[in-house]
Amino acid sequence: MNKSNTHTISVLVANKPGVLVRIALVFARRGYNIDSLVVSPTVNPKFSRMTITAKGDPETLEQIIKNVNKLVDIIHAGEHDMTLSIEKELALFKIKASPAAKTFIKKCSLKFHVKIDDASQSYLVIEQTGTTAQVDEFETLIKKYNLVEMVRTGKVLITKGKEST
Amino acid sequence: MTKKTHKTAPIGPMNGAQALIKCLENFGVEYIWGLSGGAAIPIFDALVGSKIKLILVRHEQGATHMADGYARATGKPGVVLVTSGPGATNTVTGILTALMDSVPMIVLCGQTISPMLGKDAFQEADISGITMPIVKHSYLVKETDTIPRVIKEAWHICQTGRPGPVLLDLPKDITSAPFTGTTLDPEMDIPGYKIPPKPKKSEVLKMAKMFKGSKKPLLLIGHGAVISKASEAVKKLAEKLNAPVTNTLLGKGAFPETHPLSLGMLGMHGTAYSNKALINCDLILSIGSRWDDRINGNNKEFCVNAKKLHIDIDFAEVNKIVRPDAWIVGDAKDVVEELIKYVQPLDTKEWLEELSYYRKQFPLKYSHDKGLTAQYAIDACYKATEGRAVVATDVGQHQMWAAQFYLTNHGNDWLSSGGAGTMGYGFPAAIGAQFGRPKDLVVAIVGDGGFQMTLAELATVFVNKLPVKVLIIDNKYLGMVRQWQELFFENRLSGVDLEGNPDFVKLAQAYGIKGFHINNVEHCLDIMKEAMNYPGPCLIHAEVIKEGNVFPMVPAGKSAHHMIIEAPTEKLEKPTGST
Repeated sequence: MNKSNTHTISVLVANKPGVLVRIALVFARRGYNIDSLVVSPTVNPKFSRMTITAKGDPETLEQIIKNVNKLVDIIHAGEHDMTLSIEKELALFKIKASPAAKTFIKKCSLKFHVKIDDASQSYLVIEQTGTTAQVDEFETLIKKYNLVEMVRTGKVLITKGKEST
Repeated sequence: MTKKTHKTAPIGPMNGAQALIKCLENFGVEYIWGLSGGAAIPIFDALVGSKIKLILVRHEQGATHMADGYARATGKPGVVLVTSGPGATNTVTGILTALMDSVPMIVLCGQTISPMLGKDAFQEADISGITMPIVKHSYLVKETDTIPRVIKEAWHICQTGRPGPVLLDLPKDITSAPFTGTTLDPEMDIPGYKIPPKPKKSEVLKMAKMFKGSKKPLLLIGHGAVISKASEAVKKLAEKLNAPVTNTLLGKGAFPETHPLSLGMLGMHGTAYSNKALINCDLILSIGSRWDDRINGNNKEFCVNAKKLHIDIDFAEVNKIVRPDAWIVGDAKDVVEELIKYVQPLDTKEWLEELSYYRKQFPLKYSHDKGLTAQYAIDACYKATEGRAVVATDVGQHQMWAAQFYLTNHGNDWLSSGGAGTMGYGFPAAIGAQFGRPKDLVVAIVGDGGFQMTLAELATVFVNKLPVKVLIIDNKYLGMVRQWQELFFENRLSGVDLEGNPDFVKLAQAYGIKGFHINNVEHCLDIMKEAMNYPGPCLIHAEVIKEGNVFPMVPAGKSAHHMIIEAPTEKLEKPTGST
């Protein structure tokens, strides 16, 4: 289990109407804030995967995971140990174009896995893929270059090796 | 698909509603409690000529509590049918009541036609959305041919594992359209639905080991023991261990309250000796109770010196309130039957003597110097029925007094809204119970406040010639709140005076129902006997002293150490716990 206050929960759900609302209600009732939530298809078209990051105390989280598991349309829900999984998220940043910004991006493109997707109309759209920590770090740095807008997908996660997510 | 389908008789032409009712008939449903309306007409139409008897109620809340009372008294799911919009929203209280107390129930709601969903159609309410947090599961049915699968899943889900209410939101075009499916008994599709397996031997052994050396064990019996029909197993376990037994409000009857090992109900208004047992025990085993705040007001002081063991069918109950030393997720009956094999008799002689001392020192008692009390009237009812009635209560002081003085010896014989504390529950629940158990004596013990919330069902009693007995404990107050205001709010009464109560005997007569009146101790038992032996439905209006209080009392948010056994002479602090 995760020692920090932020938790990543992976939920395998049956593709039934209302399943997202049912899960959200379990969190809301217990005062847990969802930081990000990603819904995506799985290999089996009958099921979807939700990856949820949320902040709060571990005792409440234990109750939340149990109550999510209790929902009829949930196949499985569980928290993940980051050392046994691969986690990534994608972010897009829009900044005012400037020579200084371009130089900066070029300089850190390798370290932060960033690239420029669009450079038209005197704005730059920068794409980054990385761990949440990497995206957080780059976000802090890019704020110095006239950051206008940003969007992040939120974390997705898959377990390493034989263990299923 | 090449999946095998069940061989069934050829299906004649039918619409969705007819398919739905046919499925319910095949499940063996006897009754549907309902109130009609536009969006539900196709379903009501399908009930014409059906084996299922439709019981028309006077308010949808009544229908839900009747289905609930039927379910609790028989162990079979209760079925409710209402229309869209307000018809559906009127079921919300009954659905919550069923969820909180784990009662199997199906609620069928008519809905506007599907092309109009979300367009504010006449009598449209997003009932599946509104009820999402208070159902075990729900369905918004979008295709006629899925109806048999959906109702089969609903039927299965509502009564397996930890039971609860399941709601079907049924648009009128879906129930009206032709059913073109090939079977009324299709495969279910609920891969995420989990029912705990039989207990593992290792878990049972671990729990059994915990009993070794215990000198002061206590068995705590909850509603789960009633639901899983674990009575026999619990009795065997208690007798093998020589362990005293206490029960929650909803656990009443799972272990006979007249048994020498029974301490009766514990908790906020439980017996003093059961709460003493809770304080002094060195081991407590909960069988199907969720350690809720009526018995555990302060978790930090709860059974601090005791090993805590927990048997529950719902894995989410483990560690929710109490962190047990050992637990088993499973059906109470299955687990207890296994546990009996591996525990050894304990030497509890001293423990039982200690409790017997408390029992003598602090018995449940009341005086009737100032006139007829609620306790006396309920005790008279107990005597008049020889303790053999199925009792449904409402919520409040009379409920606690009934729990204290109407001892229950069989699970399914005590129906009370425990978790939700729903006023208005008792009378319709008794009606439902009487439908399910036509030969048994069913008594509703209700307060003057709660009864007035669902009294329109007197018509349902009259029409269906149900011999239900309604005992109204009338103190002309919302008594439990008045008690709190007296004890904790310097007797500043606010919103509790039920000035304007009707003449309940005349009210009963207006519905064609026999009324009895009791207002003194002298004639109480005689009239009660006459009423309880009356061959048809009757109402007994017991006018009791206005300012009686329920004791013992553990203030909300406090542990059993702070139990007040008799009326206090000094001012009490305001309670910190929930209501």
